[in-house]
Amino acid sequence: MSDPMRIRAQSSAGQTTVRVLMSHEMETGLRKDAAGKTVPAWHIQDVVASLNGKQVFSAEWGTAVSKNPYLQFIIKGGKAGDKVSVTWKDTKGEQRTDEVTVN
Amino acid sequence: MTQRRDALKWGAVLPTSVALSGWLTQEAHAFEKNAFEAKNWTDALKALGVSAPMDSKELVLNCPDIAENGAVVPIAASCATPGVKKILFFVEKNPSPLVAIFNVSEDILANFSTRTKMSQTSDVMALALMQDGRALMSRKEIKVTLGGCGG
Repeated sequence: MSDPMRIRAQSSAGQTTVRVLMSHEMETGLRKDAAGKTVPAWHIQDVVASLNGKQVFSAEWGTAVSKNPYLQFIIKGGKAGDKVSVTWKDTKGEQRTDEVTVN
Repeated sequence: MTQRRDALKWGAVLPTSVALSGWLTQEAHAFEKNAFEAKNWTDALKALGVSAPMDSKELVLNCPDIAENGAVVPIAASCATPGVKKILFFVEKNPSPLVAIFNVSEDILANFSTRTKMSQTSDVMALALMQDGRALMSRKEIKVTLGGCGG
């Protein structure tokens, strides 16, 4: 199981800015290890986020997103106390969901 | 006898349904997969079915001029014009140029930030696919300095 995401959701002036820091290697499949063997690609492929259980955000990522990816998006609406949850799924089929309360 | 018949029936049904669901998921991902695996920018656009993106001031690409570390380059794009369907990021000279696809829904703004890897100094492109079929583009060169001496 991978490490939890760090999520911050702040609402101001009727908008909620969500910042996410995920913990993932994001292997490109091009790098070679010390023994000269190619490290196979392993990266987050799908990201979805929802506000109070309703999906609002989705993205597809390739190998070129940095290791331990950072993501920011802005939800229209949302207020303090609302729940924002973020889920990622990687190329090995692993996934992780974390939830945070808007403040 | 009936047991045997049931077993035969299951034997016939199961592989088809498994094969079908596998085929369906593959099909659903095929569109983007080709684009992500494209080795150059023209092929990536072709795989996405985008033709003739036009430079536009409506789409704002926000990124540094110089990146000291190519492994972590902050990029951001926003578009205030309504009717944006997707925002995409490309790094032209990467081994696979397509970085990410962000889907815009009615609940979020067409405004995304992330960080990308760059293999070398290259043009970075943001593309906004609009509901009316237009493709807006914003392009900027980012210099990657590997030595860290700012050269």
